[in-house]
Amino acid sequence: MSDPIVKLEGVSKRFGAVTAVAGVDLEIARGELFALLGGSGCGKTTLLRLLAGFETPDSGRIVIDGQDMTGVPAYLRPVNMMFQSYALFPHLDVAGNVAYGLKREGAGKAEIAERVAEALALVKLENLGARRPSQLSGGQRQRVALARALVKRPKLLLLDEPLAALDRKLREGTRFEMVRLQEQLGLTFVVVTHDQEEAMSMASRLAVMKDGSIVQIGTPHEIYERPATRFVADFIGVANILQTAPHQWLALRPEKIVLAGSRPPTAHAATGKVVDIAYEGDRSLFRVAIDNGPVMLVATMNVARNSDGAWRRGDTVWLGWADDAGQVLDE
Amino acid sequence: MRLVIALPFLWLGVFFLLPLVLVLGLSLGTNAPDLAPPVELGVSFASFRLLFTDDLYLAAWLSSLRIAATSTLVTLLLGYPMAYAIARAQPRRRPMLLMLVVLPFWTSFLIRVYAWMGLLAENGILNQVLRATGLVADPGTILGTEWAVHLGIVYAYLPFMVLPLYVTLEKLDWSLLEAASDLGARPLAAFLTVTLPLSLPGIVAGCLLVFIPAVGEFVIPDLLGGTRTLMIGKVLWDEFFTNSDWPLASAVAICLLALLVGPILIFQRHQERSLERI
Repeated sequence: MSDPIVKLEGVSKRFGAVTAVAGVDLEIARGELFALLGGSGCGKTTLLRLLAGFETPDSGRIVIDGQDMTGVPAYLRPVNMMFQSYALFPHLDVAGNVAYGLKREGAGKAEIAERVAEALALVKLENLGARRPSQLSGGQRQRVALARALVKRPKLLLLDEPLAALDRKLREGTRFEMVRLQEQLGLTFVVVTHDQEEAMSMASRLAVMKDGSIVQIGTPHEIYERPATRFVADFIGVANILQTAPHQWLALRPEKIVLAGSRPPTAHAATGKVVDIAYEGDRSLFRVAIDNGPVMLVATMNVARNSDGAWRRGDTVWLGWADDAGQVLDE
Repeated sequence: MRLVIALPFLWLGVFFLLPLVLVLGLSLGTNAPDLAPPVELGVSFASFRLLFTDDLYLAAWLSSLRIAATSTLVTLLLGYPMAYAIARAQPRRRPMLLMLVVLPFWTSFLIRVYAWMGLLAENGILNQVLRATGLVADPGTILGTEWAVHLGIVYAYLPFMVLPLYVTLEKLDWSLLEAASDLGARPLAAFLTVTLPLSLPGIVAGCLLVFIPAVGEFVIPDLLGGTRTLMIGKVLWDEFFTNSDWPLASAVAICLLALLVGPILIFQRHQERSLERI
């Protein structure tokens, strides 16, 4: 990658006996919306805190915009963070919270007023500048936190579980909103999340982490369709993982499998009994026990409104999949 | 149920309101040395007039306020770092550190003040050490000066400053300081713009808890301050026990109360405001 905004070289961080981040190498391009995805304790939050400057790595180098930032404290980094708890100052009103970073820069009064108004307009909170954080809804607080982090025009905006505290309906709208903002401002976002759906739908690229290391980096499409390991295949979405040989597996997504009454004309086919049917509205999930084989998950889209009842529990069905439907894995 | 509610009012009525009315009544009487008790009841403002015209009382008021104010300031400057360190210590170590702060209360207050007399006297432990080590050949005597009074008040009231400060600092969300740092605030700026304003309720509570009793303090100026230190609590004691002027002593007590009600009201207003905010 030429001229990345972030470059991590062999970054490690231990807390006592626990290795939170183990020798991570990572490059993030300018203008990317990059997601760090993983379960709890995988090291994604520590990696974000290392970028912010709240932690110092035990070894390795952190380069931001061409400058070595390894030992530089948070207050000197061209980086801003949106905290999971939002960490809004309760003794300041909304405008005061947004202005806080500009005041530390020593910006003039007129400039501060202008940029605060601009940032609040960006997150559509123009009229709430005089409110205290305690007088805001959860969604409004999230916007204030975003405005406060954006107003300093950071080279890198770090977002720690930005949507976790919002309810489901609000989360979806906010997700699109944040992608729109990121594109509009041309900033680089690094988002930490445990929610794979969130990471997949927002990120231009994402890194899947496990035990302090990055397992795979790629576009959402690459990660979903060509997972590098069984862990990634299992962690991102749902996959049938079939052992095809010693140390060789096939990861097969449920929607890549055809469900039919007789042998479908696909390269591979197997027959079995329907064990369970989960109707999810837009699609149905079938659990099919293959004769002398594993239980496989198959998804069918419910395109026709009256298609209910095609299959019943206990029916004998055929599953078929193409040669290139799955990903061959060796670990 | 009604009894339970009435009980505190009864308590306040018998042990607070009644004595207050008695003292008020006494302050309006006139001194009658031949009677027992030595008061002739009536409605005379002579004692109050004396308080506001005699230079001695004015000087005692002013020096009481001055000594209480400087002692409170020193207590704050000492207590804040202590409370901060305890609040930032590991959670399992905090109870032990807090116990160390209140440990002196396990010994009688009077005995602790006497201990200071032993430390600060002309031939006290402090001067002996100074002479023995040759650091100071001819140390002066601290006992009997205003320095000793300040020292005593700061020592005695430090826990009253540390505890309310600890309570507010312990509640402080430390991620706010990370946010401040993230937004470009150096540690000192983060302290001044985040920690300090958010711990203001604790500062106000601690200062009043020290300042109010320090103004009327009698034991410390009497035992450590000697005859040269003039404080209103001592004047009150002298008027009552040495001069047997009950009306004048009562008038001093009423004025002291009136003077301290102001800060208490400010404190309550502040508490209500900070409660509203949360």
